Formats: sequence, C-alpha cells, structure tokens
Amino acid sequence: MLKALIIGCGRVGSSIALQLQKEGWEVTVVDENEDALSRLGDHWPGVFLVGHGMDVELLREAGIEDADAVVVATDGDNTNLVIGQVAQKRFGIECVVVRVLDPARADFYSARGMRTVCPTKTAIDTLTEAVRACELPVPSRASV
Amino acid sequence: MYVVVAGGGKVGANVARSLLRLGSEVTLIEQRRDRFDRLEEEFEHQVQRGDATEIHVLERAGLARPPDIVLALTGDDEDNMVICQIAKEKYGVPKVIARVNDPRNQAHFDLLGISPTICATSSIMALVEHEVPEHDLIHLLELRKENLEIVEVQIDRDSPSAGKRVEGLDLPEGARLISVMRAGKAEIAVGSTMLEPGDQVLAILEPGKEDELRKVLLHR
Repeated sequence: MLKALIIGCGRVGSSIALQLQKEGWEVTVVDENEDALSRLGDHWPGVFLVGHGMDVELLREAGIEDADAVVVATDGDNTNLVIGQVAQKRFGIECVVVRVLDPARADFYSARGMRTVCPTKTAIDTLTEAVRACELPVPSRASV
Repeated sequence: MYVVVAGGGKVGANVARSLLRLGSEVTLIEQRRDRFDRLEEEFEHQVQRGDATEIHVLERAGLARPPDIVLALTGDDEDNMVICQIAKEKYGVPKVIARVNDPRNQAHFDLLGISPTICATSSIMALVEHEVPEHDLIHLLELRKENLEIVEVQIDRDSPSAGKRVEGLDLPEGARLISVMRAGKAEIAVGSTMLEPGDQVLAILEPGKEDELRKVLLHR
C-alpha cells in the first residue's frame, strides 16, 4: 500500500488526506492543532499526530522515512518551503508536493527542482478564463 | 558597504543602527505596521515596510544591486531560511548571516547550507556550560573563529556508547570524535574504534551541540 504523509490539516490538507485515503493510500496527517482532526470526519482510519512539521522527531514518528509521498500544506509559505526541503534533502523523498500561495516564491523554488503548487496562480488563471468565457464584446486596445 | 537587514525587532534595529554608525549604507525591512512606524521616525528612508520573503519587497530594498551582505534577523526561522536562499541563489548576494531563534532548527539551516548562523539560546547555553561546567562534559578549547569547540567526555559502564564502535554511533551533525584515551594511552578515534567504560574521549563540535553529544555518548 502506498503511504502518504500530509503536513497541515486545514481545508486543503484534510481534503487531500481524505481523497488519498479513499483511493487506498495509507495516510498519516500532522497538524499543530488537535482540533484539526475534526476536519477528517468522525471516523478517520489513518494516523493523526499533533505537532509541528519542522520537528524532525515528529516527522520520523509520522513515518516520513517510509513515505512514498509527502504533501506540505500548512498555512505558512515559508514553513512549507522549509519542510518540503527537509523531506527532499534530509529524508530523500522524491515525491514532495508543497503548497505555496505566493506565485513568485512558487516559481523560484519550482525552478530549483521542487514540486510547488500555487493555488493563487490557479485562481488567477481560472478567474481570467471565467471572465473571457462571458463572451462580452471584445474591448478595443487602449492606445499607448 | 551596502547591507540589507531583514527584521526590525530589537536585534535587527540595533544591528542596523550600529552599521549606520560605522558608515555603512543600510536598508532595514520590517513587516509590522506598529514597529515600522516607530522605526521610520529614527531610520527615515532607510527602513522599508514589507514581508522580506516577498520578491518585490526584496527588489525594492535593492537586492538586485546586490548588497554586500544580507542579514536575516527576523523572529521566524523559516522566514530567515527563505530570505537567505533567495538572497544567495536568486540575487547572488555574496554573504548572508541568519539568526536562529529556536536551536532545534539549527539542523535545518545546516541542511540548506545557510551559514554562518547565530543563535542566542545556543550561545547562552555554551556560556552556561563554560561557566558552570557539568562534570560529565568538560570544555577544553574554544575555536571561536571556526565556531567549534573541543570537549572531553568520560565513558562509564552505563553509557549507551560503551561497547560500540564509533561508526555505529548516531553522532549529531557537526560533531566528531577525535581521540580515545585508555590506560594512559591516546589513540585517534576512527570508525572501527571500540568505546569502553573508563575511556576519555575527545570530541570536536559546534557550540550548542553538547546536549545531543551527551545523549549519544552518555545518555544523560
């Protein structure tokens, strides 16, 4: 069975955890706040650990050494970027996916070989596309 | 010399003030509005408001020139690591210095190649250790410039390292055994050296790693 470690159990992290679990993964979730467990429903069959993702001992306890995939989705971009690099460089995990809200930092770290996902960029693209889809008369370009 | 200081708390503001007094050109970056307002009265145009981990804030502070040195002195270790990485790798800043707030994060700074670092807690602990040495770990020599120190430890019967080879010890990063003194004779410690009760072991380590070394060798 494939093993996933999810760090950060907010709306994003918890949904990914539930989805992967449904698809047959063995999922461990880490969050600083124990109330976050409620986001995983009433009968979470996986492991849930309370602690900070920067804590190497906690990561070990969460089974990072055997993880096939690590998803880092806490609410801090820089925290995610550092934990992601620790998972990659210290524990040698190949599939590390990191949420980064700031598009500039997402680009910078993605150019350095990190799988960053930037919801802000996705939102910008999707929203722009939605505006285009309204099929309004094409505006004439402002002359420079 | 042009210096960018990220973080305008007590540490950052005092460093910026000292650098200005020495004649350096300084830009201080502070995110919090209340702090920024106070700093602006003193530093005027030399302080900028913003998140120093955001590229556009760094560019406004002149990272593209680039500065001779960037000091990451915020109260957040992750921010300090990211500031240093962006400064070095995106803008080619030749030197960075990072503040470590939580000594448990030291290993992360090391992993990411961010050096030199400065950690007040570790420095204070090293001084405490130096002033009131625990008898199980004796400080013999401080190599200040190298940021290393040499200590002596005596292995006893209950030590978890007794009966183990050096290569089998999970020594902390930044610590090495130098030699083993047994029955009045010293030997260089190599991977195959077996530790025995009664051995006096010399180790070289980064200040602040005493506790980790003690745990591995003595379990105390």
